[in-house]
Amino acid sequence: MSAKAHLETLPRGLQVALALAFVALAAFPFMASDFYLQMVGKMMILAIFAMSLDLLQGVTGLVSLGHAAFFGLAGYALAFLTPASEPASLWWTLPASVAASALAALVIGFFVVRTHGIYFIMVTMAFAQMVFYLFFDNKVLGGSDGLYINFKPDAGLFDLDNKLVFYYFTLAMLSVVYLFLRRLLFSPFGRALAGIRVNEHRMRAMGFGTFGYKLAAFTLAGGLAGLAGYLWGAQTGFVNPELMGFHMSAHAIMMVILGGMGNFAGAIVGAFAFEFLLDEFKALPSIGSFNAGKHWQLWMGLFIVGIVILAPRGLLGLLERVLRRKDRDA
Amino acid sequence: MDFANFLIQLLNSVQYGLLLFMLAAGLTLIFGIMGVVNLAHGSFYMLGAYLAWSLSSATGSLTVAILLGTVLSVAFGLLLEVVLFRHFYHRDHLDQVLLTFGLIYIFEEMRSILWGDDVHGVKVPDLLAASIPLTDNLSYPVYRLFMSAVCVLLAIGLYLLISRTRLGMKIRAGAFNRDMTEALGVNIKLIHATVFAMGVGLATIAGMIASPISSVYPNMGSQVLIMCFVVVVIGGIGSVRGALIAALLVGLVDTFGKVLLPQVAGMLVYMLMAAVLLWKPEGLFKQ
Repeated sequence: MSAKAHLETLPRGLQVALALAFVALAAFPFMASDFYLQMVGKMMILAIFAMSLDLLQGVTGLVSLGHAAFFGLAGYALAFLTPASEPASLWWTLPASVAASALAALVIGFFVVRTHGIYFIMVTMAFAQMVFYLFFDNKVLGGSDGLYINFKPDAGLFDLDNKLVFYYFTLAMLSVVYLFLRRLLFSPFGRALAGIRVNEHRMRAMGFGTFGYKLAAFTLAGGLAGLAGYLWGAQTGFVNPELMGFHMSAHAIMMVILGGMGNFAGAIVGAFAFEFLLDEFKALPSIGSFNAGKHWQLWMGLFIVGIVILAPRGLLGLLERVLRRKDRDA
Repeated sequence: MDFANFLIQLLNSVQYGLLLFMLAAGLTLIFGIMGVVNLAHGSFYMLGAYLAWSLSSATGSLTVAILLGTVLSVAFGLLLEVVLFRHFYHRDHLDQVLLTFGLIYIFEEMRSILWGDDVHGVKVPDLLAASIPLTDNLSYPVYRLFMSAVCVLLAIGLYLLISRTRLGMKIRAGAFNRDMTEALGVNIKLIHATVFAMGVGLATIAGMIASPISSVYPNMGSQVLIMCFVVVVIGGIGSVRGALIAALLVGLVDTFGKVLLPQVAGMLVYMLMAAVLLWKPEGLFKQ
């Protein structure tokens, strides 16, 4: 593995493309119906989730197969904090929910970051499954049906019940998280995490307490996943154990891979592309008696296998290769 | 809990543990020797159950179904190894995770297209349909004892194969030092294919013999996969002996947990795993 993550510093062309994409997202509500507004809002939330995983997967080199647990937990936290008959204030439920996820990540991280490689993958998955069954098996926690969140959080200054306001709130969150993580990537802390990915033994030999760094990264990633989960709960008004399930975790890994990992921009691209494809596959028409949309998992499975074989560096990697070829030709 | 009840729970936990071992043994061998994370291992268990159901309804005999199913699944394992897995032994774990996750989706939908989404039952063969009475109103089904016996026989067979045969020697050598083994003239590709097909075969057999008591339903592979992960983590990657002990331990904790502490039963096994991780991060029998 090279010392630099692929596309860690984004080429000018991609930066311009990202800026244009931001403008497009900001302008999107003026030309789209509520349905598409909701859909893109969901994509932005998943993009935050994917970026939080990228901090572990792409930057630190920790492949977590249980990241969805922290995503779901914050959604549940919002569900518990929202009374049945009135909204709860955003200003304390948001920090509280994010803190709940971060705390869970701290506790679970204490056990998992001492493991490596395959162990890390299996143990993160097992702990996430533990959280899953905790909620799935207990009626008090909503059981297999999940919980409703009857009211969107009350922000005071602005009205999140308004779909447009919620959309811009999500976009603002997405931008803040992206800028924060990009800044973090080039901070001493981010450099240490990248160093752990490249060679943890050497980092330890140089005097870095890698356990603490990894635990901090795991906790931070859990908290950010919680932010995404909170927004998800607020947007859909509903949480269920599926949000913490193993498929959700695997989808997040796929999003990060699909876009190209280690630079956060790829995670956003991947989340949008993955969610778009998922919707497309689910909407496939019937061919004769064969309902192609019902069997979306087949197409998604084939797509995932295809990507792993053909484009392991993701879409941004592919795009960059094309751009570079153009440069050379010119 | 009186003695008869205790005995039943004990037998159940041993039977569950042995079944988990059948799956975990293949998983841990594939991890240990080829270095591959195989999330699709649970799908082979599901495949086995569906094979047992469809073949036994076609031929009328579960025995024939199991024999036929074993041959089919080993052939399927070989095919998968040659076409896909072989090319992923040297890839990142991340790529392996994604590949095998994609395969779960593909297998799940193939199952749905071929066999539908209904829940099915498989009939216990007449010869094994009896129950042994323990007290006036408690009895233990012979079929469960039969299952445990099959698992024990296979476990002994696996042990003898790995520790006492020439093939087993090559497998161990390949796990210890792949390049050196290859340099000595052993066809390591063939060894890998054999181990993989063996793992698939064991998981499928587990699914087939479990089908009469667990019934046959969609997504039945997922839960068992995660339990197998826990077993492999506790036992130590690559250690078949560790997998056996961990599987029995998990079987005990899970079965008695459900009886004695039903509120937290779902979490007990994971707590056990956490405790082992604190004590020995590499598992009990790290090779």
